[in-house]
Amino acid sequence: MSATTTGPFAEGKAQFDPAEAVEDPFQAGPGEGPGAAEGHVYTVTGQDWDTIADDQAERGDERIVVNMGPQHPSTHGVLRLILEMEGESVTEARCGIGYLHTGIEKNMEFRSWTQGVTFCTRMDYLSPFSQETSYCLGVERLLDIEDQIPERASVIRVMMLELNRISSHLVCLATGGMEIGALTVMTIGFREREMVLDVFEAITGLRMNHAYIRPGGVAQDLPQGGLAKVKDLVAWMRKHLPEYAAFCNENPIFKGRLVGVGELDLAGCLALGVTGPPLRATGYDWDLRKKQPYCGYETYDFDVQTWDTPDAYGRFRIRVNEMWESLKIVEQCVERLERTEGQPVMVADNKIAWPAQLAVGSDGMGNSNEHIRHIMGQSMEALIHHFKLVTEGFRVPPGQAYVPVESPRGELGAHVVSDGGTRPFRAHFRDPSFSNLQAMPALCEGSMVSDVVVAVASLDPVMGGVDR
Amino acid sequence: MSGPTNADNAKATSDAAQAEKVTGESDANAPVKGAVPEGESAPDRGTEAGSKTGSATPVSTASTDAAEDRAETEQVEQGETAVATTQRDTEVLRVQHGMFGVKGSGDTSGYGGLSRVIDFPAAGQPPYGGWWDEVHERMTALSPNSSDIIEKVVVHRGEITFHVVRSQLATLARHLRDDPHLRFEFCSSVSGVHYPGDAGRELHAVYHLQSMTYNRRIRLEVSVPDADPHIPSVVPTYPGADWHERETYDMFGIVFDGHPALTRILMPDDWPGHPQRKDYPLGGIDVEYHGASVPPPDQRRTYS
Repeated sequence: MSATTTGPFAEGKAQFDPAEAVEDPFQAGPGEGPGAAEGHVYTVTGQDWDTIADDQAERGDERIVVNMGPQHPSTHGVLRLILEMEGESVTEARCGIGYLHTGIEKNMEFRSWTQGVTFCTRMDYLSPFSQETSYCLGVERLLDIEDQIPERASVIRVMMLELNRISSHLVCLATGGMEIGALTVMTIGFREREMVLDVFEAITGLRMNHAYIRPGGVAQDLPQGGLAKVKDLVAWMRKHLPEYAAFCNENPIFKGRLVGVGELDLAGCLALGVTGPPLRATGYDWDLRKKQPYCGYETYDFDVQTWDTPDAYGRFRIRVNEMWESLKIVEQCVERLERTEGQPVMVADNKIAWPAQLAVGSDGMGNSNEHIRHIMGQSMEALIHHFKLVTEGFRVPPGQAYVPVESPRGELGAHVVSDGGTRPFRAHFRDPSFSNLQAMPALCEGSMVSDVVVAVASLDPVMGGVDR
Repeated sequence: MSGPTNADNAKATSDAAQAEKVTGESDANAPVKGAVPEGESAPDRGTEAGSKTGSATPVSTASTDAAEDRAETEQVEQGETAVATTQRDTEVLRVQHGMFGVKGSGDTSGYGGLSRVIDFPAAGQPPYGGWWDEVHERMTALSPNSSDIIEKVVVHRGEITFHVVRSQLATLARHLRDDPHLRFEFCSSVSGVHYPGDAGRELHAVYHLQSMTYNRRIRLEVSVPDADPHIPSVVPTYPGADWHERETYDMFGIVFDGHPALTRILMPDDWPGHPQRKDYPLGGIDVEYHGASVPPPDQRRTYS
C-alpha cells in the first residue's frame, strides 16, 4: 500500500519508534504522491478516544473508514469488517475473511476416508455433527451403501444433530445477547449449552470435534446410561428454554435493538445464497429436513419454523422456536433408541465398518479389551484386517456426490469426489456461514454502526466454517 | 430426490419471480462470452507453489505417483479414438498398478503385476428417468446447438451432472434460473476440482444448482485446460456465487471472466500459487517422539 512509502518504516528504518507510532505512523503527508488519496489514518492504541475524536472534529471530515476486527469481541471470532461511515451511519460495508483458514479441505486429501471426519468436524466448531453427517452421507452415497445404514445409527445421528442444533442456537443467542449488552442471556445460554456438551462428552467422548459420525454409521453405540442423560437434558431444557422467551421476546430494549435491523427479504436471500433461519424469517418454509430428507427425517414429527419479519428479531424467534422443535425430535429419537437397544450402529460390511471397538479403561479411554484379545490372541486374519482397514482404509468407487443437510445455519453440503482410492480426491464444503456472510453488506449498509453488530450476529457466522 | 410438492410451488414460484427482479438488475454486467479478462489479476502461473514453502521439500511420493499416473493416463487416452477429447464415454482418471502403493522395491506381495484402469462414471443416454429428462429436454430446447453446449450428461448415484462447455455457461445459467420450466433460482455452491491426469481439461468448476420451485438439484461441470483457465462468471445470474468463485480462483487459479472483483478470499493477497491444486504440496515437517520420526502426511505411503 502507498502508506508504506512514508512513516517510520520508510527509508530503510528498521527500528520501530513508538514515539512516532503514536503520532500516526502511516500518515501520508500533504500531496505526497498517491498516499494522499488514502486520507488521514488513525492508529488506535486504546484510551485515546478523546484525542482521536477531537482530532477528527477539527478535521471536519465526517467520512471515516473503520476497520472492525479481525480481533473484535463482537465479530464472532476473526471476522474483519471494513465499514465506510458518514458519522455513525454505515455507507459501505465489506467483509475480510480468511484469518482462520487452515486448509482443512486440502488436508483431507491426505488422509483416509474415515480420518476425513476428524478434519471436517473442526470446520464449523459449533455444529460439528452437521459437517460429519454431510460428509459421511456423501461418502456413503459413493459407496452405494445408503440403504444399508442401520436404523439405530440414523436415529443416533438425528439425535446428535438436533442436540447440536440446540447447542449451536444457544451460542448464537448467547453471543448475540452479549453483544448488545444482554449479559444474562449470555450466561444462561452458555449454561444450557454446557449441559448439551456434557451429553456429547458422555456419548462421543469429546465436548467438541467429535468425529463420532463415521462413513457407515457412528463410531460406537450409546454408553451405559447415555439415554438417561439425554432424557435428563430434555427435562432440563423444557424447564429452562422458556427463560429465553421470558427475557427477550417482549423485552422493549431487546426489541428496540433487533426489530427492523438487518432486513433481507426472500428475493435477497435467494440471490445472495442465504439459507437457514435468515431465509425462514422471510416466511418461506425452506428446510432441507423436510424438503430433501436425509437420515430418515421424513419419519419424525416436527414443524418448520418461519417468521413474518425478515429481520434480526425474526431470526431470533425462529432460533428459539427451532430449539423446541429439536427437543420434540430428540424425544422421538429417545423412544426409538429404547426400542432398538442392542441393534448395530455400523454398516454390516466388514470391509467398511471400523474394526476397532472402544471401551472405557482405567484411564478413561481406550480400546475394548475383548477386541484386543481377539486380534492379538485369537485371529491372525482379524489382526490383518484391522491393520489394513485402519492404516490403508477402504476404497470408494470413483464419482462425485453432494448431499446437503440442514445445519443450524442453513444448507451445508459436502461435495465429495473420489478417484477410486483410499483418500478423498477432493472434499469441498459448502458452508452456510460462508454463503450467508456474503449478505452482510446488504444487511448493514445504510444502518448505524451499532446495528452492524446485531445484523452480523443475526446471521450467526462461525468463522471456522467460513474459512475452513 | 423428492418430487415437487404442489403446496410449495405456488409460493416458491412467486417468490422466485421476486428474486428475478432483484438479480435481473445486474444484467448490464453480464459477461461477453469468451471475453478476455480485463484488469483481473492474472493467475499466478509462473509462481511455483514450492517456492513459497521454501525449505527444499522433497518431492512427495504422492506427487511422483501423480506424475507417473498422468503419463500413463495420457498413453491410455492416446490409445483411444482421436475424438476422445470431447466425446468420450468414460473419463479415465488414472491407471493403478499393484495394490499397496509401494514403488521401486521388489514385488514381495505378488500383487505388483496388477493393473487397473480407474475411470469416472460413464456418460448416460436419454432417457435418464423422472424429471431429469424434463430438465434435459428443456435445456436442449433453449439452446440452439445444444449438442455443442452439453458435452455429456452423467447420471450417477441418483445425481445428474451436465458437463457443459464454458463459452455458453453464462447464457445457460441465465436460462436455468429464469426459464419457468427450470427455475434453478439458487446456486448452492461453486467448487473446483483439479484432475492433473485429465489432459487438456485439468481444471473443473462444479456448480450445484437448486430449484426451490420444483425441489430439484442438478450439477453443472465445466472443464478447462490448465493453460487457459478461463470460465465466464455466473455472478451476474447468481450473485451468491461471488465468494464461491473467488474461493475457487484462490484455491485453483480458475479465472472467472466477468466477476466483479476476482481477488483472493481465504489466502493472503500476495500468496503465490493456488493451494488446492494437486501439484501444490501440503507441506509439513517430521514429527519426532522418543527418537522415532513420523513423516508429514504428504510423504507417507499412499495406497491409492
